[in-house]
Amino acid sequence: MLTGAYVARSSVLHRLPAGVKLLTLAVACVALLAVREPWSVGVASAGTVVLYALGGIRWVEAWAQIRPLRWFVLVILVVQVLVTDWTTAVSLTSRLVVAVALAGLVTLTTRTADLMAAMERGLSPLRRLGVDPARVSLVMSLAIRSVPVVAGIAQQVRDAQRARGQERNVKAFAVPLVVGVLRYADTLGEALQARGMDD
Amino acid sequence: MTNDSAAARPRRLPAADLARVAVFAALIAVLGLPGSFSLFGNSVPITLQTLGVLLTGAILGAWRAALTVLLFLALVAAGLPLLAGGRGGLGVFAGPSVGYLVGFVLAAFVVGWIVERGGVRPGAHWVLTAGLLGSAVILLIGIPVQSLVTGVPLGTTIKLSLVFLPGDAIKSVAAAVVVTGVQRAYPDAAPAARRARLAIR
Repeated sequence: MLTGAYVARSSVLHRLPAGVKLLTLAVACVALLAVREPWSVGVASAGTVVLYALGGIRWVEAWAQIRPLRWFVLVILVVQVLVTDWTTAVSLTSRLVVAVALAGLVTLTTRTADLMAAMERGLSPLRRLGVDPARVSLVMSLAIRSVPVVAGIAQQVRDAQRARGQERNVKAFAVPLVVGVLRYADTLGEALQARGMDD
Repeated sequence: MTNDSAAARPRRLPAADLARVAVFAALIAVLGLPGSFSLFGNSVPITLQTLGVLLTGAILGAWRAALTVLLFLALVAAGLPLLAGGRGGLGVFAGPSVGYLVGFVLAAFVVGWIVERGGVRPGAHWVLTAGLLGSAVILLIGIPVQSLVTGVPLGTTIKLSLVFLPGDAIKSVAAAVVVTGVQRAYPDAAPAARRARLAIR
């Protein structure tokens, strides 16, 4: 089953409502844009470390959140040292890492279902524009449910390809995959219609 | 339900489209699963995920495709590791790749918009043009945003991103070949053909 990066702990951060965490994150990210001096970057970094400790997050789990940045950090450091100086280079890089780490902290301490519920609530003002929150949550669940189904179709196609000795042919892989996916989607659509979704 | 949803009924997505949107969001996710690799110096990984975005645009048409990519991004934001290389969570929206993700939405729209105008059987050259323009849209939004987020000058970022160009061109060709193949096997895979069929009924 498809699961998110959520780690189950019982910290203060875990107990905060998802909406509060998302809003705080948005405010923090905007505030970070104003952070320029090395000392304020230091404060922001220290604050992030404290928050991670508060959430009871282990080092490995924290590293997984910022690991995708590792090459960026290297490039930014090198380029910034060349065009500016060490302090600017380090504060720019740390700012980016702090922003990603804070966003990652929300992901680590909030269940996927809670985040989706918060997003649906956030969409409810769009009701006036014709967005139906019930349909939004249905389409999200359908998509999550479809991931293993589509992965299954991909596996079948890959097996068939291997049997024919066509492992490296993108067309021989993608055409049957997409046709299979379309068939599945349109069957699903008919099933939804049959259940009165369009009435 | 409430009066609100009754008033909004005409703009509601029909069940058939809803299913396609959901399943294609899953397809974009699955195409990000295998063999994602990062090039040294630029950690935006190269995968088939962008191919998924192009395919979605060409098959679902502008609005549904844009909606599909938005749905995919919403699932990523909710913490599911669906982005190329198993990434997910809000962190990716605070990181340097965020522009590329926004570009995905627009690229799907642009590809869909062009293919919709290609008739019931858009030719491979038509889909290829759409794919190349779509890929260009991803880079046009992704690169400046990456430069802005990382503070690396635009010129340097462009140079670092040149590695994408061959891959993007190959993916556009692949999209054209695959889409024409799919539309031959499944006529409803062309947005214009599907619209025409549904209008008759």
